[in-house]
Amino acid sequence: MTGIERRRLLAAGGGAALAGLVSACGANTGRGGGGSGSGISQWYHQYGEPGTAQAVKRYAAAYKKAHVSVQWRPGDYDRQTAAALLTDSGPDVFEVNGPLLDQIQGGQVVDLTAEVEPVKDDFNQAVLAPKIWQGKIWGIPQVIDMQMLYYRKSALKDAGVEPPSSVDELVDAAGKLTTKKSKGLFLGNDGGVGVLSGTPLFAAGLSLIDEDGKVGFDDPAAARVLGKIRQLYADKSLLLGAPTDWSDPAAFLQGLTAMQWSGLWALPQIKKALGDDFGVLPFPKEGSGGKPAVPVGAYGSAVSARSKRKAEAKAFAKWLWVERTDFQQDFALSYGFHIPARISLAKKAKQLQEGAAADAVRFATEHGHAEPLLWTTADRTAYQDALSRIIKDGANPETELKGVVRKVNAELQRVKRT
Amino acid sequence: MGAGRILGPQRRNLWFWVFVGPFVVGLGLFTYVPLAWSVYLSFFDAHNTVSPSGSDFVGLGNYGAMLGDGAFLSSLGTFLVFTAFIVPATYALSLGLALMVNRLRIAQAFFRSVFFLPTACSYVVAAVIWKLSIFNGVRFGLANTVLGWLGGGSGDIAWLSTTDPPWYWLVIVTVRLWLQAGFYMILFLAGLQRISPQLYEAAAVDGARPGWQTFRHITFPQLRATSVAVVLLLVINAFQAFDEFYNLLSDARGYPPYARPPLVYLYYTALGQDQNLGLGSAGAVILALIIAVATVLQARWFGLGRTRED
Repeated sequence: MTGIERRRLLAAGGGAALAGLVSACGANTGRGGGGSGSGISQWYHQYGEPGTAQAVKRYAAAYKKAHVSVQWRPGDYDRQTAAALLTDSGPDVFEVNGPLLDQIQGGQVVDLTAEVEPVKDDFNQAVLAPKIWQGKIWGIPQVIDMQMLYYRKSALKDAGVEPPSSVDELVDAAGKLTTKKSKGLFLGNDGGVGVLSGTPLFAAGLSLIDEDGKVGFDDPAAARVLGKIRQLYADKSLLLGAPTDWSDPAAFLQGLTAMQWSGLWALPQIKKALGDDFGVLPFPKEGSGGKPAVPVGAYGSAVSARSKRKAEAKAFAKWLWVERTDFQQDFALSYGFHIPARISLAKKAKQLQEGAAADAVRFATEHGHAEPLLWTTADRTAYQDALSRIIKDGANPETELKGVVRKVNAELQRVKRT
Repeated sequence: MGAGRILGPQRRNLWFWVFVGPFVVGLGLFTYVPLAWSVYLSFFDAHNTVSPSGSDFVGLGNYGAMLGDGAFLSSLGTFLVFTAFIVPATYALSLGLALMVNRLRIAQAFFRSVFFLPTACSYVVAAVIWKLSIFNGVRFGLANTVLGWLGGGSGDIAWLSTTDPPWYWLVIVTVRLWLQAGFYMILFLAGLQRISPQLYEAAAVDGARPGWQTFRHITFPQLRATSVAVVLLLVINAFQAFDEFYNLLSDARGYPPYARPPLVYLYYTALGQDQNLGLGSAGAVILALIIAVATVLQARWFGLGRTRED
């Protein structure tokens, strides 16, 4: 044997390994079936409600100008798309919890202004705003998700409490509703840190980032309202450590709490279990400058900048999310329970015309606040850390918020530089 | 002639590479290349990219930012507190179990297996059980029910959400204790069975009372090698803590600022939506250096690898 043979042996082994790698990559190109480049590929995250996957495939099949293959992606969708957008094998059209500022600035998504422009005013402006950067629209809002406060009418009546219309009343009511067997209010197992986020600030008439692109909560009112959330925790009025978190109405339905903050998606389940014995409220206003507030947000449909069929992909996105209002309505209301992103559709929808659902639509339209595009993940982490220390450790809200303001200013500098 | 020299006597060189080569390639490709890449990234402002351009070079900026970041420093503090709890607790419990099981005359194999079984359970599963059924915060949670029977507390301690007192440490430490004590018990059992019976006989002849005195002067010193290995392993495992912290305390909206060990913090920095890979890499390098220094010091301290005669 010679040295050459040894080399050949290793080369053969390496070749086999390489072949394995290549075929592994080839197995999932993001284009279902028809081979590369035969049509448009569209990605959705996995919706929990049965029927949604079939519905989106039905919409895609109804598009005649190009073949659209739908991919239903379970798992950590945000990270999957983030990774796929760095490659050529990603989707052409995809829904995204954004697009994020870094994705827009990084040139990963294309401008959809021309597609949306004709119906721009028909979209809920609160959810459209975070899709706009420098006057251009980068994603088409699909459906609106919102959250609100559910309360049990009978429990409030028994305790002689009126539905709260200010934060002070909320603190008071939660205290009165707390008994040995049940707590007054459920804001999530972390005491409201994650789910409330900026909502108390909105209710105090403030914002996360204001319209001029500056920190919107550098104000004594911010410390005041967050101090009141701390009060809820210190009074032991909050349910903590429930088996399910705020997004699931189970704690409310089991009577572990008299009031719960949860999503619109929980409404059908609550209605079925409690009938008329419940009502909904926005987060109540704080102080004289305040207004009630609910958080809203929308997944956007975006087109990848690395798509080889950008024009066709844009045309398809426009067809589905701008023109086909019948599909938009079906998508919003036939499976899960969402508000259509278009105001005209939300007004037309029969399911949204009475009772708590009608209230929810009104809250979202009148009091809806979305997280601004400039509110980055680093900002959110700093703010939530501070909120947790304020609520749970009783840290001084003013000093905590000063630290957050510093961090947010630094982030604003960073994103404006690039 | 030349080929013969390359292959070595009896083609040893060839066979050496046939057996070792694949592992060297794997180790290089999947450990050293990412490691070096991470060090490289740590000098760049690498948001959403693993191949930053030259203009993103920030020198030691990321290191400065990380060392000036209160959250990162507090995560190192969290790790120290966790180690201070878990290492002595596991050491004492597993040694205690080993001593008890070792004395059993009947059913020793049964008890050995019973105590070892939790090792086979996944950290994720155990953490979920701890969080949802044993230590949930409502009155019908197991821990709260038991407390209620004993007449203690109001029956609704929110174990994982209360920072004053920091009950979450009880949950975090007990889950790991339950999972790993059995494994270290086995190590101690092996150590115990290697101690020569003559030593005990000699001690008895010299008048040592069974029980504490024998343990203090015979058993414990004889377990020195095992003890060193156990403590080293425990500390390294504590450094790597991630699973139970993440599964006990994270939710869809993030992770609380308390009980956040370095790996969890870096996970959110580098791999969260933020995708700040430069900063995360800098943190990882700092962490690796700390681990390396701590391990070297510990090995020196315990005299790891030294033989008895030294």
